[in-house]
Amino acid sequence: MADKVSGTAAQLEFEKQKRKEEMKQQVITFALMIIFTIIAFAMVLSELDKLFVIPILLVLAAIQVGFQLYYFMHMSHKGHELPALMFYGGVFAAFITILALLVLVWW
Amino acid sequence: MSEQDVLNPKHMPHNPEKATLEGKNKFMGFWFFLGGEAVLFASLFGTYLALKDATNGGKSSEELFGLELVFIMTMLLLTSSLTSVYAMYHMKNNDFKKMQLWLGITVVLGLGFLGFEIYEFYHYIHEYEFTMRSSAFGSAFYTLVGFHGGHVVFGLLWIVTLMVRNAKRGLNLYNAPKFYIASLYWHFIDVVWVFIFTVVYLMGVL
Repeated sequence: MADKVSGTAAQLEFEKQKRKEEMKQQVITFALMIIFTIIAFAMVLSELDKLFVIPILLVLAAIQVGFQLYYFMHMSHKGHELPALMFYGGVFAAFITILALLVLVWW
Repeated sequence: MSEQDVLNPKHMPHNPEKATLEGKNKFMGFWFFLGGEAVLFASLFGTYLALKDATNGGKSSEELFGLELVFIMTMLLLTSSLTSVYAMYHMKNNDFKKMQLWLGITVVLGLGFLGFEIYEFYHYIHEYEFTMRSSAFGSAFYTLVGFHGGHVVFGLLWIVTLMVRNAKRGLNLYNAPKFYIASLYWHFIDVVWVFIFTVVYLMGVL
């Protein structure tokens, strides 16, 4: 029964505390995402050079999506190996799709 | 033990969404599905990027898009993503009422987003006569953004249905995976929106 001690009060309290800590991290993640969004909009309004702004916008978007996947959707937790494999399989196919469609109209 | 006792244990496990085999399967299957959704949206994004300059003499993306509305919509959807994280936090603490409350807030924010999107489309159609039939750009734009809007509608219906259906049941190991999966779907909608506001709107006005 060693692995079933979860019922004890101390263990429950510990788990609850751990979740609370994680929730704090989630709020920090959210604040960062808001800041990244504001930076992205500000970059566009700043009238900087297009070729300079676009890569930064894409990087900011990629970071935001990473936050969303790893923190909000809990991919940083254990037991997400197979989901990650399948999801990134999809992302890989997605990348090829976009690349193919863009190359078609390149010339 | 009857099925009722198994699904309503005295102490809820730490991860009620993955405590049953059905829950584990749902969790796994849903991530596979999201991989497929990524490909679906990629083909729409690729189509949009390929056709966005084919305006058929109509207004271009620079002339059409206004960033104020998009900024508000982004904030609404991003906040709704956080509120659904709160809902799952309360689910893991086995606090059904608070989970319902936060899901309710998520739905309200989602409805706000949808309202702005409908207004946006209405505005384009009536002020600029920019429709799905105007140009290849129009078709690609409405298909991509509209498909995302359709996901928002579906997500809202999904969450509301779960909330209503389980209102009197409370939280148990049968419906915990359902709530968890619905919240994953809601986050994925925000993932897609991040690319839409970046690629369609921000890069569209540059």
